[in-house]
Amino acid sequence: MATQDTQDGGFPVDPLHQFEITPLIPINIGGLDLSFTNSALWMLITVGVISLFMIAAMRHHELVPGRLQNCAELLYETIANMVRDNVGSEGRQYFPFIFSLFLFVLFGNLLGMIPSSFTFTSHLAVTFTMAIIIFIAVTIIGFARHGLGYCRMFFPHGAPAWTAVILVPIELISYLSRPISLSMRLFANMMAGHILLKVFAGFVLLMGVAGVVPLAALLGITALEFLVAVLQAYIFTILTCVYLHDAIHMH
Amino acid sequence: MVKLPAALRIAALSAAATCISGVALAAEEGGLPQISQVDTYASQIFWLFVTFGLLYIVMSRVALPRIGDVIEERRDKIDDDLMRAETIRSEAEDVLAEYEKALSVAREEALGIQQKTSDEVKAKMDERHEAFSQELAERTREAEERIAAAKSEALKDLASVASETAAATTDKLVGFTPDSKAVDKAVQAEMKERL
Repeated sequence: MATQDTQDGGFPVDPLHQFEITPLIPINIGGLDLSFTNSALWMLITVGVISLFMIAAMRHHELVPGRLQNCAELLYETIANMVRDNVGSEGRQYFPFIFSLFLFVLFGNLLGMIPSSFTFTSHLAVTFTMAIIIFIAVTIIGFARHGLGYCRMFFPHGAPAWTAVILVPIELISYLSRPISLSMRLFANMMAGHILLKVFAGFVLLMGVAGVVPLAALLGITALEFLVAVLQAYIFTILTCVYLHDAIHMH
Repeated sequence: MVKLPAALRIAALSAAATCISGVALAAEEGGLPQISQVDTYASQIFWLFVTFGLLYIVMSRVALPRIGDVIEERRDKIDDDLMRAETIRSEAEDVLAEYEKALSVAREEALGIQQKTSDEVKAKMDERHEAFSQELAERTREAEERIAAAKSEALKDLASVASETAAATTDKLVGFTPDSKAVDKAVQAEMKERL
């Protein structure tokens, strides 16, 4: 029965196996391993799916939108409103980036829900790279707009001067921890969800007929994971907007 | 800031618990692939740049301008239609005002005509009424005159008849014919007294 698959640990599935990166086309440039891996493949699939979707949706670009065009316009309006509400009119020029970011994370999360696919957003290297680029870009925008006045970010307006001793380090730490929290939130959510699915799948195999109980749980968790996939993409994007707002308006 | 729904927090907690068990499992087998596969970092970051850059170019150059154009075009069209509708509405209002004005003029005219006609009719009626009552008065007076004449005639005849009757009666009763002058006098006196 199911126990035949059992490894030495006694658990039928390795919940971490899904996160392993395997090179598909080995590429080595200047001693740096830039192999085309399963992660890269799914990034490419994500970009391909998004591009196909958007181009197909806008192929006819009619005044009265069809079903697909309506979806694309809905996404466009949602992100446009998010940028307008959270960043303001100055955020207009960053809209293409925010839009691409949202769709990249959203489709990355959702395509990761396909069985035996790969979720590149469950890797810290990817989420942290995105977060640190956003962090650096936001900081540059802040200094470019306000010059050294941007340093006032680290001291709340109107607080007594002597509190600077305490407040400035706290604000500085909270500012510097933004890329960490931003990347950790997405990475941990995606990883935890996928581990949870695999662990429950393992229970289903282990428990035989009684496995219907974890199977039912698995169904619920799968639905929840779809919610998490959408919500985390939304949170990642909206936090980027909030950081951008801080850089442009300073609180 | 963003508020996480309660359901998600619970999910995150349970996920974290599983995560810990997962990490514990991973510890036996050489750590989380996310952390242990350091040699894949460069590749992940490189392909992230390549694919995201590609996505950004496609979105910013092709997809988003198209959607933006369509939305803009639609907004323009709607604004245009609304403006046209507004123009037509104001035109209709003008026409309505004109119509109402014409209607009120016509009503006034009709009222004037009605007044005039009724005045004319009344005047004619009054005139006829006047003429008729005059004629009536005239006839009445004529009739009265005629009656008075007849009456005086009758009275005159009555006196002579009475005198003759009295004379004749006296003659028959007494056998003597009285003086006619004295009879006339007596009849006159009696008539004056009775009539």
